[in-house]
Amino acid sequence: MSVLKRILDPAGRADPYRFFGELRASPVALQEDGTYLVSTYREIVALLHDPRISSDRRNLKGDAARLADPEPSFIGLDPPEHDRLRGLAMRHFGPPHSPETVERLRPKMLSLATSLIDALDGRTRADIVDEVAYPLPVAVICALLGVPEEDEPHFHALADEVVETLGPGEEDRAERERARRAASLELSRYLGGLVEARGREPRGDLLSGLVTYRGPEGGMTAEEVVSTAVLLLIAGHETTINLIANGMLTFLRRPELLDRLRADPHLIIPAVEELLRYEPPVQFVSSRVALDDITIAGTTIPAGSPVVLAMAAGSRDPGHVASPDEFVLDRPRNEHLGFGGGVHYCFGAPLARLEAQVVLGELVRRLRGPRLVADPPPYRPSAVLRGPRHLVVDYDGVAPA
Amino acid sequence: MRVVVDLTRCQGYGQCVFLAPDVFTMRDEALLYDLQPADERREHVLRAAAACPVQAIHLDRTAGPPREADGEVMKDGRIVIVGASLAGARAAEVLRREGFAGSLTMIGDERGEPYDRPPLSKQVLTGQVPPEHTLLPRLREIDAEWLCGTPATGLDVAGKRVRLADGREVGFDRVLLATGTRARRWPDEAQAALEGVHTLRDARDAAGLRRALAAGPRRVLILGAGFTGSEIASVCRELDLPVTVVERGPAPLYSAMGGVIGDVAAGLQREHGVDLRCDTTVTELLSDGAGRLTGARLSDGGTVEADVAVVALGSVRNVEWLRDSGLAVSAWGVTCDAGCRAVDLNGLVTDDVFVAGDIARFPHPLYEYQFMTLEHWGNAVSQAEIAAHNMVSDQAHRWPHLSVPVFWSSQFGVNIKSVGVPTFADQVVFTQGSPEERRFVAVYGYKGRITAAVTFDQAMWLEFYQHRIEQAAPFPPDYRHVGMGAADGGPVPARVPERLVPSAGATVVVTGHDPAERRVSLVHPR
Repeated sequence: MSVLKRILDPAGRADPYRFFGELRASPVALQEDGTYLVSTYREIVALLHDPRISSDRRNLKGDAARLADPEPSFIGLDPPEHDRLRGLAMRHFGPPHSPETVERLRPKMLSLATSLIDALDGRTRADIVDEVAYPLPVAVICALLGVPEEDEPHFHALADEVVETLGPGEEDRAERERARRAASLELSRYLGGLVEARGREPRGDLLSGLVTYRGPEGGMTAEEVVSTAVLLLIAGHETTINLIANGMLTFLRRPELLDRLRADPHLIIPAVEELLRYEPPVQFVSSRVALDDITIAGTTIPAGSPVVLAMAAGSRDPGHVASPDEFVLDRPRNEHLGFGGGVHYCFGAPLARLEAQVVLGELVRRLRGPRLVADPPPYRPSAVLRGPRHLVVDYDGVAPA
Repeated sequence: MRVVVDLTRCQGYGQCVFLAPDVFTMRDEALLYDLQPADERREHVLRAAAACPVQAIHLDRTAGPPREADGEVMKDGRIVIVGASLAGARAAEVLRREGFAGSLTMIGDERGEPYDRPPLSKQVLTGQVPPEHTLLPRLREIDAEWLCGTPATGLDVAGKRVRLADGREVGFDRVLLATGTRARRWPDEAQAALEGVHTLRDARDAAGLRRALAAGPRRVLILGAGFTGSEIASVCRELDLPVTVVERGPAPLYSAMGGVIGDVAAGLQREHGVDLRCDTTVTELLSDGAGRLTGARLSDGGTVEADVAVVALGSVRNVEWLRDSGLAVSAWGVTCDAGCRAVDLNGLVTDDVFVAGDIARFPHPLYEYQFMTLEHWGNAVSQAEIAAHNMVSDQAHRWPHLSVPVFWSSQFGVNIKSVGVPTFADQVVFTQGSPEERRFVAVYGYKGRITAAVTFDQAMWLEFYQHRIEQAAPFPPDYRHVGMGAADGGPVPARVPERLVPSAGATVVVTGHDPAERRVSLVHPR
């Protein structure tokens, strides 16, 4: 079995890292299905900033292009279309036009974390995934977008389905694309209804902003609003969940970290960066295409080939970082690939960072004597958005907020 | 607390703005920030610094651990650094990082700690940050003796001594020359002394100009549309002040980037309401007879009324104090090798005298070994590191200064960045984005290879082009890539200025017959 196949095999989900050394031995490796897998830090960074790399799968050579989404959201587009749509979405989320949106959500994040952790009181066992790591980001993204939280059961299953279809490899791509299309069509229908309602009666949320904004650079069409909303809803709650769960798992495996974090709560800031490097929620970027022949690390990637970037392997590249397999709570100058890089750098990164800092900080501070019930915990199937399905923890009590 | 952002590295991800919106602000990709935020912002700043994807935000004591030396390191002895600004301060920090534990003396003509200059023409002039709030963070403790407010007046290379203005002499085993530049003054002294006439180089200049702009002058006249002049014009428009810019060349930024990008910059200025006069010079600054500026006479015969004028005609290197040092010193700087060791008049490399920053004139292998002097923030930092490392390393472990020049400017809301040497070009092509939208990548080529790239609000792509320059990749680019489209017009002549030939400051004379006695001496004009 190839290294990549062993990494993708669900049996190996708890520790893909043991395979990464072998992977990095060939920085740019051609796979059986014609994919080029890139696994070393320098090469990944170079390709993230290489204008010869497209994020639009319609640029694949041969039949594969026909399988690609005919109307991708900005994550599947290149400049200038990507820049236009991302810029229009950013208007309502971050700088330069709305620099304070995320920081203003911090009190809400804290009060959500507080009530979720309050609910753990009065017993000694909880599932951190289902009870904290999942509900918090969902509540935040719903509030931000303006999606009613009570609809969560409906879109949760659909979002899970979409996420499970993401992944490197072209062999079963057609089947996965069909499944993804079906689930995202259903999500589009649901969000399309909301978008229409916001168009009629705008509120202060991001959806309303996307629907109503018309500036000198134009605005989004209804279809663009829906595809952007689908993207943000999925990305907003299928990734941070893993960051929080991976974080708690990492801390609980090393009780000395818990002690240091309790002694100096500011350490949660570098700790979350180290988590993004050491246990990144997004392990692969699997949707890039070479637009021209690209020679990198002695290998030529032919035009039209699919390119997969093994971000998790790159962030642990010993050529980039000292003691890469060690979790260093306050690692100085931590440059990692946790949120990608280049023009597709994670749109919601500041939201994820703050959520993780707030909720992990509160969990560490308030849970008394927490310990893992099962190590390794059971994992979600996806190798791309990797994280525990459950994280059952025993504890002695819950400190007051 | 103190903050400085390495804007050479910044790619405009904006993570700092999200996490500390009171400290960092952005207009499109142009980042401005408070260098000394209040202590209650500390947690926000820590979050911002941790989140920076390229780790470009530096705070007090955030330098990494000491480096493990590859070879023998000079641990003891006396090192003197002349010039206590960015290059000098960074060199001191690197000396300690490298393990130098001996005595370190910093000599500077300004009082107070080293501060950051780029904000002086931007957030300080708008009033966002007070001029005294620009101190550079202390990345590590350098444990130095500071002799500030006392300029150096001479260097005795053989006797290994620096002479100070107050008559003191400071001995050294190794010395670093990093005295930087000063603003070029208006040549007519009486006119230069008029009330309302400014230059901008140090924090005092910035404070004075800020006061003048805040007083709401009827019109500001700027002499020179280089980076400083253009940035000041941008601030004036932001403050809603009428401004006239007079530029000798055919376009703003012409001498750094050539006429093609210069035309884009001209459009940008005019769009923002700047009264821009190119191919024009100021011939006389006019006064009301009572010592106050009233305007200027121009080379086209016209006049401009203005109550504030900023002379932004470039800089003069602070090398006069080295005139009798026996080093190869001219208006172009102090010549050195790629390892920052100063070269003497005879062209021999010295062992104990090093140069860094704005005055270092060094050969760059990527540019046909031409000697160049780079007055950029990024060059001061990278060259200071090379110089400091080499000062304490043995011959076998010295590093060459090979970094590709990078610089940036923010003006009229646009973040302009450059990599390579744009004037080292015969053609230029827009590869990504569109000049009409003021958002593009322009690539420069010389004899079929890439030599530079300039971005307007597209900083994320710069690194790619840096690699292309380093690899001497062919020009024009012949591959398929994203963001083609509007700008896909093919290469055009770069219209860069003629390379200037050093004018005769002093004449070199060779004397002696026997190889053992042949020496160079300088004859200074009277």
